[in-house]
Amino acid sequence: MTDIDAPKTGLAPADIREQGLDARLVVERGSFRLDVALAAAPGDVVALLGPNGAGKTTALRALAGLVPLTDGHLRLDGASLERTPAESRPVGVVFQDYLLFPHLSALDNVAFGPRCQGAGKAEARAQAAAWLDRMGLAGHSGAKPRHLSGGQAQRVALARALATRPRLLLLDEPLAALDARTRLEVRAQLRRHLAEFEAVAVLVTHDPLDAMVLADRLVVVEHGRVVQEGAPSDIARHPRTDYIAQLVGLNLYRGAAEGHTVRLDAGPSITTTEVLSGPVFVAFPPVAVTLFRDRPTGASARNLWRCEVAGLETHGDQIRADLTGELPLAADLTTVAAAELDLHPGAAVWATVKATQTHAYPA
Amino acid sequence: MTSLHKPGAAAGPRTGGPRRRRVRAGLPLPLLLPGVLALAFLLLPLLALLVRAPWRSLPAQLTSTEVWQALQLSLVSATAATAVSLVLGVPLAWLLARTDFPGRGLVRALVTLPLVLPPVVGGVALLLALGRNGIIGKWLDSWFGITLPFTAAGVVVAEAFVAMPFLVISVEGTLRAADPRFEEAATTLGASRFTAFRRVTLPLIAPGIAAGAVLAWARALGEFGATITFAGNFPGRTQTMPLAVYLALQNDPEAAISLSLVLLAVSIAVLAGLRDRWLTGT
Repeated sequence: MTDIDAPKTGLAPADIREQGLDARLVVERGSFRLDVALAAAPGDVVALLGPNGAGKTTALRALAGLVPLTDGHLRLDGASLERTPAESRPVGVVFQDYLLFPHLSALDNVAFGPRCQGAGKAEARAQAAAWLDRMGLAGHSGAKPRHLSGGQAQRVALARALATRPRLLLLDEPLAALDARTRLEVRAQLRRHLAEFEAVAVLVTHDPLDAMVLADRLVVVEHGRVVQEGAPSDIARHPRTDYIAQLVGLNLYRGAAEGHTVRLDAGPSITTTEVLSGPVFVAFPPVAVTLFRDRPTGASARNLWRCEVAGLETHGDQIRADLTGELPLAADLTTVAAAELDLHPGAAVWATVKATQTHAYPA
Repeated sequence: MTSLHKPGAAAGPRTGGPRRRRVRAGLPLPLLLPGVLALAFLLLPLLALLVRAPWRSLPAQLTSTEVWQALQLSLVSATAATAVSLVLGVPLAWLLARTDFPGRGLVRALVTLPLVLPPVVGGVALLLALGRNGIIGKWLDSWFGITLPFTAAGVVVAEAFVAMPFLVISVEGTLRAADPRFEEAATTLGASRFTAFRRVTLPLIAPGIAAGAVLAWARALGEFGATITFAGNFPGRTQTMPLAVYLALQNDPEAAISLSLVLLAVSIAVLAGLRDRWLTGT
């Protein structure tokens, strides 16, 4: 098993700049157009994050060769793969519902790839056994997929994809099929396996937590386009679309800055600690918002807006108030505070945010 | 054959007690009467077969050379026709279910045509195609010295022609219901489309193929029209059970009844096998 990490194809040692993934995926389907550029070095874990229907899975299928490219290019370790059929690409896929072959044991599922690559039956099974062992599944090699738990099936699927020694590992919603408790455990295991993986890994998810835990870099896709990419922490702090802001739980506004004041596109102005000029984003978390039923007398008039409660919902042990009015925003408050304020849909409130709790950055 | 009616009974309305009683009390006569008549119409002939069966002379009847020959020929040729149907029909079903080519709808319709075509017409068509002077048979005869009509091989050809559509339709339906993404998963593991079919799809649709094969086999076993037209009725060579039954009815009715009983038993066995193993979906 010394050759376990050797590349799946006999690619010549390529120029160091030619290592990893360099792709521009254009797929047109009816009125939907996907146009996403992706680049990653070996060892990188990239997460494609986006709402349902954004085109993430289509991008993944295009990388795997299951969907033809309308346009663009796909290079992996310097080799062009656009015209390479799926079965010849050095690409491994972990499907959302795993798609383990129900008639084969866990061992034979994992041995399937090596067998297709020309290994003999005994050799393929030996490799498969080593992979299952690595995944901590040595005791389940004879089990049929229907007798595996969700977490075990996920690891068998990962072992099956890795057993072909791919140069690009694709994971489609790798944790979506698991229940909450298994998910936590499998996420940690998957993170470890991905960290060990020496080639490029691309995973698709709509769960920001999965993306942030598993990936070094996020590519946020909306309506078939990349709207933002960068390190998870950077994206969490500086969201550039409402979708990402909601994902990371922030109020996000676009506006024009002049010194400490930002005139928001939504209407009112907001005072920030940063000194900026030109188009900016302003973000602040819902817990930074304080609500009053009567106009607060002592507070300064800055960052004070007249709003109306549009809806209330429990959010963890907090109440999240959805506010409309001068400035649409989300505010989190304790149940006690919500009761004292006698909040109900339609109630008029004053909302305020301290300048120190806002964060402005260039758009 | 009463088992046939069980599914209908099970599919009846599942309503509460009082309501159900009311529905029962009000069974409409215009439905009840023809329904019971239909049941009698379907079962009485079979009952007659059992009542009039020459039970005492049955063992002697069934061990006669002629019956044995016909039975043997029937079983062998029906099995061979099923094998031909499997070898050619499963790939055709795959093409129809998994590929997209111009005119696929038309091809599909043409494949199902033998299902509704009178078998005699099928036999005539086979003669025109594969007969000694047929458009293909001419060449088979002069190039390879192969003659199909009025031979045991001709029986297999006629039966396969009539039975294969059953298999194709059954397997195509199973393929359409099977998740094509398993084939995709196999492809991403380096399997060619054929390997994916052989190692993944085929095992997954095996029950559907088996059901289709049993249907095709039963159809081939009972084949009459196309066989007598294309292969003739030569005892020991092309005379299958249904032909033997028909012939026997004219000069030895007791033998005809005995042979019919055998075919009835085979049919019931097939039906029971299908119900238990495939049709109830266990």
